[in-house]
Formats: sequence, C-alpha cells, structure tokens
Amino acid sequence: MIVAVSAGYLGLLFAVAYYGDRRAAVGRSLISNGSIYALSLAVYATSWTFYGSVGRAASTGVGFLPVYLGPTVMVALGWFVLRKLIRISKRHRITSLADFISARYGKSTLLGGVVTVIAVVGIVPYIALQLKAVSNTFRILRRYPDIVSTGELGHVPLLQDTGFYVALLLAAFTILFGTRHLDATERHEGMVAAIAFESIVKLVAFLAVGAFVTFGVFAGFGDLFGQAADDPDIAALYTLTPEVGYGGWAWLMVLSMLAIILLPRQWQIAVVENVDERHLTRAVWLFPLYLLAINVFVLPIALGGLLRFGDGSVDTDTFVLTLPMAERQPALALLVFIGGLSAATGMVIVETIALSTMVSNSLVMPLLLRSRAVAGRANLGGVILAIRRVTIVAVLLLGYGYFRVAGEGSALVSIGLVSFAAVAQFAPALLGGLFWRGGTRDGALAGLVAGFTVWLYTLLLPSLAETGWLPGRFVEDGPFGIALLRPQALFGLDGLDPISHAMVWSALANVGAYVGVSLARRVDAAERAQAALFVDEGADAGLWRGSASVADLRALLERFLGADGARAALVAHAQGRALPEEADAGLVRHVETLLAGAVGTASARVMVASVVREEPLGLDEVMEILDEASQVRAYSRELERKSAELEAATAGLRAANERLTELDRLKDDFVSTVTHELRTPLTSIRAFSEILLDNPDLDAAERKRYLRIVAEETERLTRLINQVLDLSKLESGRASWQIGVVDVAGVVRDSVAETARLFHDAGASLDVQLPDALPPVAADRDQVVQVMLNLLSNAAKFCPPERGRVLVGVRTEDSVVRVDVTDNGPGIAAADQPAIFEKFRQGGDGLGDRPRGTGLGLAISRRIIDHLGGTLWVRSTVGQGATFSFTLPVAPGGEEG
Amino acid sequence: MGSRILIVDDEPNIVTSLEFLMRRSGHETAVARDGDEALAAVASFRPDLVLLDVALPHRDGFEVCQQLRADGWDALKILMLTAKGREVEVAKGLAVGADAYVTKPFSTRELVEAVTNLLAADR
Repeated sequence: MIVAVSAGYLGLLFAVAYYGDRRAAVGRSLISNGSIYALSLAVYATSWTFYGSVGRAASTGVGFLPVYLGPTVMVALGWFVLRKLIRISKRHRITSLADFISARYGKSTLLGGVVTVIAVVGIVPYIALQLKAVSNTFRILRRYPDIVSTGELGHVPLLQDTGFYVALLLAAFTILFGTRHLDATERHEGMVAAIAFESIVKLVAFLAVGAFVTFGVFAGFGDLFGQAADDPDIAALYTLTPEVGYGGWAWLMVLSMLAIILLPRQWQIAVVENVDERHLTRAVWLFPLYLLAINVFVLPIALGGLLRFGDGSVDTDTFVLTLPMAERQPALALLVFIGGLSAATGMVIVETIALSTMVSNSLVMPLLLRSRAVAGRANLGGVILAIRRVTIVAVLLLGYGYFRVAGEGSALVSIGLVSFAAVAQFAPALLGGLFWRGGTRDGALAGLVAGFTVWLYTLLLPSLAETGWLPGRFVEDGPFGIALLRPQALFGLDGLDPISHAMVWSALANVGAYVGVSLARRVDAAERAQAALFVDEGADAGLWRGSASVADLRALLERFLGADGARAALVAHAQGRALPEEADAGLVRHVETLLAGAVGTASARVMVASVVREEPLGLDEVMEILDEASQVRAYSRELERKSAELEAATAGLRAANERLTELDRLKDDFVSTVTHELRTPLTSIRAFSEILLDNPDLDAAERKRYLRIVAEETERLTRLINQVLDLSKLESGRASWQIGVVDVAGVVRDSVAETARLFHDAGASLDVQLPDALPPVAADRDQVVQVMLNLLSNAAKFCPPERGRVLVGVRTEDSVVRVDVTDNGPGIAAADQPAIFEKFRQGGDGLGDRPRGTGLGLAISRRIIDHLGGTLWVRSTVGQGATFSFTLPVAPGGEEG
Repeated sequence: MGSRILIVDDEPNIVTSLEFLMRRSGHETAVARDGDEALAAVASFRPDLVLLDVALPHRDGFEVCQQLRADGWDALKILMLTAKGREVEVAKGLAVGADAYVTKPFSTRELVEAVTNLLAADR
C-alpha cells in the first residue's frame, strides 16, 4: 500500500516534470513566473524541515527558528546579491557553484575541482539525512498502528534496508529527471515544475498535520500552549537554552543565510534554473511567506507530541508522522509520509543533479580533457551524461553509506548543520569574489582548503567518532592526548556548541587565508579580467586575443550540441551576416560561452584553447597591449610635433620668402642707386671729353681744368666701383679677412699721413693724440685702415672751409682700444644719425655744396668694425660738430703689451 | 639770338659742363643748386628755358616742374635731365609738364640740339 502510493506519487511527479519539459520544448514555459520560482526555492525545506524542525523544537523550543530566519533575511534583504549572481551566471553561462568560483578566479580548473570535492563531501551527510528520514518514516508507517521509536527499528542487513532501496530509487528517478539530455543552458524546466509541485504537497501535508494536532487533538492554540505551560519540563522550552545561546543563534542565522545561496541545490534552483531575474521580486516576499507557513505548526506539533508521548518512547523527529498514527488517522499519516517523501526527494533530486553537474564539468572533464584520447572522441556529450549518471548514483550511495555509518545516532538537524557548515566555506571566495577585486585564485584556494580542513577536523571527524569509527578519545582528549587539539575545543576554545565552535575556527582560517594570500600575491591578467567581469557585472571581456577557423569551432560545438545545434548557434551569432572563415575574438568567446553551458567555464576554456591559436594573455601581453596603446599615443604626439614643426617651417619659409622679396627689392633699389651714382661721374666725364674733343680752340688753362675734372671723376668712379664691390663682399660674407695683431697707433699714423693732403686742401687742422703705450688689437689691418680713412675723409669733407679743426684721440678702455674722430662741422640731427650708416645716405643735405663721396663709406666701415667684434657709433649735436668713435677688442694676452 | 637758360643741378662738374655748352651756343646762363633756388631763380632770372635735373636735394625736379607750371610759367621751356633713364621717369616728367627729356650721361651735341629745337619751336 505505502509502496504503491509512493510509486504513484513519484509517477505523478514524473508526469509533472514531463509536462513541464514538453511545455518548455514548445516555448510555453510552465515555470516562467515568480510564484513557481518562489515555490521551487522552497526545495530548501527538506525532510529536515518536515520532520527535523519538530524534533529540534521539542528539545530546544524556538531553537529551530534561526535556520528559517536566515534565508528569510537573505532573500528579503540580500536579494541584490542573488540578482548579481544570476546576472553574472547568465552572462557567462555558468552552470554551477564550482563553475562560478572557478570562473571568477581566472577559470581555474583546480579551484573548480576543490569546490566540487568540498561540495560532495559536505553534502553527503545531508543526503544521508534525507535517506534516513524516508527510510525511518517508511518503516514506522509500515508498523501502523504500532508506534515505534527509531531506536527500536534496529539494524537491518543491507539488502533488507529500505534506505538502500530508497537511495537506488531516488538515483534512478534523478537520472530520469536530470540527465536525459545535455542542454547548453543546463536548465531542467520539468524538474523545476516537479519541485514546485512537491513544495505545495509538503506544505499541504504539514499544514494538515498541524491543523489536526492543534484543532483535532487539542482545542486550538490556547489549549495546547496552556497544557504545555503546565508541564515544567516542556515549559523550559519557552526560554532560550544554553545549548543554543545567543552566539549559537547568530551562527545558525549566518549559516542558513549562506546556505540559501551556497547549497548546491539552492544554487541550482535560485541561479541556474532562474528564467527571469524579475521573478526574484515575487520570491522576495513569497518565499519567506512559505517558510513562515511551514513553521507555524512546528511548535504546536512539538508540544503536542511531547504532551502525547511524554515518556520519551517516541523519537521527537517522528512526531509529525506518529501523532496522526497515534490518533488513528491512517490517511493523514499517509499524506504526511508523502509530504516527507516530497521534501526528501525534492532535495535529493536537485542536490544530486547540481553535484553531478559540478563533478562532470569541474572535476572529471578537466581531467579527461588532458588525455588526448578522450578529447578526440566525437561525441563528448554522451561521456558527460555518463559521468553525471555515475555521479548521481555514487553520491546517493555515499549518502547511504554515511547514513549507515553515522546517521543513526544523530538528530536530523545536527546532520544538516554539518552540511551547512561545509558549504559555508564557499562564502569568502564567492562573496569576496563578487565585491572585492583583489581576491585571487590562490587566496580562494587557500581559504577553501583551510576552512574545509577545519570543518573536517572539528565537525566531520567528531561525528564519525560518535559512531565508533574513530576512537572516542580522539574527541575527548585530542589526538595523541594533546588537549589543545581537541576537535570540539580547539586551542582551548571551550563552552561553545560544536557548530559555533567549528564556524569560529573555520571562518577565521578561511577568511584569513583568503585575504592573506590574496594580498600577498599579485593578480595575474586572466584573474584581473575575470575579477573585473564579476565585480563590475555588465562589463565585457575585452582583453582576449586569438583566432581560430570557424570550421574548427563548429567541429568543437558539434561534439557537444550536435550538428544542428552547432549550426543554429553559429547562425544565431552571425545574425544574418555570412560566417567568416576566420573567427574573431567575439565568435570564439561566444563558442566558449556555449560550451561553458555544457561543460563548465574551465573545461570550455581548455577545449576552445585546443583549436584556437590563442595568444595567452599574461601580464606581459597586457603590458604589450598597453605598450602598443602608448606607442600609438606616442606616434600621434610625434605626428602632432611634426605637424607643428611643419607649420613652423612653413612660417619660416614664408618669412624667408618675404625677406627674400624684401632683399630683392632692396637689391633693385641698390642697383638703381648704384647705376645712378655711376651715371653722375660718367656724365661729367663724357661731357668734358666731348667738349674737349669738339673745342680744340680752348685755351690751355681751361683745357687743363676740364681734364682735371675728367681725371677726378674717373677716380671717383673707380672708388665707387671698388666700394660697391667691398660692400658686396662684406654683405655676402665672402670678404677675406687676415686677422692678426694690429697696432692701432700705427694705423692712425699711416691714415693721417695719407689724408694729410685732404686736410691741407680743405684748410683744416688735424691734431692726433696718441698715448705712450697701447695694447695691440686683433684685427685685419687693411680693413681698419680703410675705416680710419673713411672717417678722416668724412671729417675733412664736412669741416667748414678754411676753419676746420679735426681731432683724433686714441685710448684704452677696459679690454678695448677706442678711437675718436671729432670734427667741428655742422653736426648731424639725432633723427638722421641712424640713417648715415645706411648705403647711399649721405649727410649734409641742403647745406651748401653736396659733399663729395659715394655714400658707402660709413656703411662699409660699420660692417668692418662689427665683423672685428667692435662698435662704430656717432655722437653729435646740430651746429656743434660730430664725433665718430669705434672700438676694437684687445688681442688675447696683449693687454700688458 | 641768345636766350636765357637756367641750369639746375647739384653736381658742380655737371653744372660747369652745362654752363660751357650753353654759353658756347650764345645763351645767357644762371645756376641753381636745388629745387627752392630753382623756383626763386625762375622768378628773378626769367629764363626762356630750364635745364632741370631730377635728383635734387629737398625738392626734386618733378616737383619743381609741376610747381612752375602751376605758377603759370606756361611759355617756359623745361628740359629734364636725369641719371634715371627709365621710361616711367620719362613719362612722369612729361606728365608734369616737361617739354623734353635727356638722360645722363648725355651726348653734348644732342643736348645742344634739343635746347636749340625747343627754343626754335617757340618762334
């Protein structure tokens, strides 16, 4: 009867699942609404809840509550964490917790494997709990109408043990549910539908029992609580017991808060099977409501059971079932059994599917992929499914083994909490990875291993010791009698319940190792990229470089998705465009993501790497990319500089051109002026030559006078030509200079001697004042003589006729020798002074006779003095004569000479 | 047949040669060394013809020529002399009222002929 109903119920579940899958296949998802999502989340409520909570309440009163308050707080207030997990997982096709942590830390296969091992080892007691509940309740129910305690059930041989067959049945059922086909999204719509259905069944069953006990057996809450308060033993439950003190409450809250995310089945339902993140908004209130509903009658049933079976003959964990049995309600008892079965099967199915995904994707596949033989097989999809099926069976058998070995003595809740503590070890790596960029692969690995080791030592080993598998002294005295190492009072930390104690030490070890190692090591490029993706969800991985042929990628996809699936996936990616032969980084990443859905991120990376000519993205690579970027920047800066230089050069050329144009104009002016100056003497020469020629009758005096004019003008012409040539040489820099040691006094004496006749003719006096000793100067003697002659002849020219007085003075000033030539001529107005040094600009305009000269003398003189490193200038006031002065630098070493 | 010729030039040797040439042709001469002197000499000496150099201090030959015409010396013959023999100079000189143009260095015979022709044209 019980077996038939159970089988019928499982058949119904399967029908629901099948229907769900059919609906999903035709695109009308049954589970795409928030209520189904919230109900499926209630897979959290297992037989632990269904049976164990009452047991817990019967011994600790409200001590059962924190395990439900934690998830309530987490879902109601921490939903943004859940949403972030969902978003990241969907984006990267992450299929399990192990995959997620591995992906976060640079797609590390090692990390994924470690997480998987911890999950399997940690969950085995939990599976055992379910098997124990189903097995025990089945056997109790079979004894109906007798009520037996679990202890009386005794030990049975393996082949007669219901638990064994329950395990096998659940394995078969799970395989049918979860591994019929391989899906890239790793979602199981039918299973979720069945889980949601189960959640309703277990709630209805539990509420039915609760209502029956409260209102059927007793006369409502008031009656029930009143009777309980009258019993001093039971009344003690209303207060918090030392066993679960405030610290214990806090730890249980924390553990269950983490468990609602970190338990593999919760991850599977909440993250992987999530259809739409908006469903969270309904789950935020519906899921806590469900937990509240299923807990409303926990205390009444516990109190009712205690009142009804006060003598302790009945196991408190079975009150839910035994109360209806004791009240002779076989139908209700059967409903309760089905409810419990629901709770257990739901948990086992989802849990083992999640674990099998982890084992195949994060543990076995990476290992298999290392051997080329397996990697070369055409259909790896079949291999994966086989691995998963084997895993499901193995996990259930492990759970059964634990149940056989350790489960019989412990309460359901204690077993469950051991698992909670195990999965809580994922918290630092996961949450740290979500919100802290600095978390590294090594840090996560160190934290997980440290936390898990502490868990093994402080929780699992003692639980095994209780069963006699390990010597009990190990727990009481510590290994080798070292008291400090007692597993439940490590380093003398005593007075805590085992769970709190284990959590204190494992949290310390885990978080400490995670943070410490993360900080101690630099983050490598792949980790940095993944960290950015996870911490700043929504970012895209840009730092990947590599290429592969589309044909290779298609072949890879075909091995997992089949030919049709592969083609569809590639076409979808191409979005109407033709597929290129060479895949770009985007397509490679797309293929990797698709594969990640089937085999996990780490394995997908390994496989894609096998066909991709990937340039590994090490720190060097990143630096190179950065270098390239900075080189490009440098080039552009260089370009800007060049362009600026070009502009400057253009401006320079324009200026040069303008200057050339100006020079050209100046040259034209010069040529024009020179020709004018040449024509003037030529005019006289020609005129007098013709006059002399045409007038042979001229008297001798007149003839002589005219001939002298011709001679003078010829001389003037010659001088003019010479000076033009001199100036031209000076200006073009082609003048040849013979720089030597020059005695200025000698130059002055020679020049004065040469111009003596000029002064004599002009009737002017010339006085020379030479110092006794003069240092020699470094100069070209002939050029200095020319300057001297120019100044002297100018002075003679501008002196007033017959009363001219010219004074030549020479003296040493600092490191120069200075020569002054002063006349008493008309002087030069200040405004005209600069002009007299220009070519063909003569002084004396409009004042009587125009002076005889070429107009080049001062221009030439100034250029000579400038070239020799001296200065030539004039000081003059109109009407008071003028003084022309120049300096020449003393020759090196000649200052004393 | 002697006429009155005013010689305006700042080069003494050239003035000497021009004086000789004009006197030899039977003309009476006066000399001015710059533009201002030239204007004054025209008023006082009342020449029939001016031999006017272009490149003069202060007031150049073009200005003097223009001023003379503006002052009403219409009958006065003006012959311009310049070392700058470009066509634009010739055109400019004629434009401001000169009657003839001779470039330096000049042929003495051509100059004398030009003077003779200008003076004869009046008769």
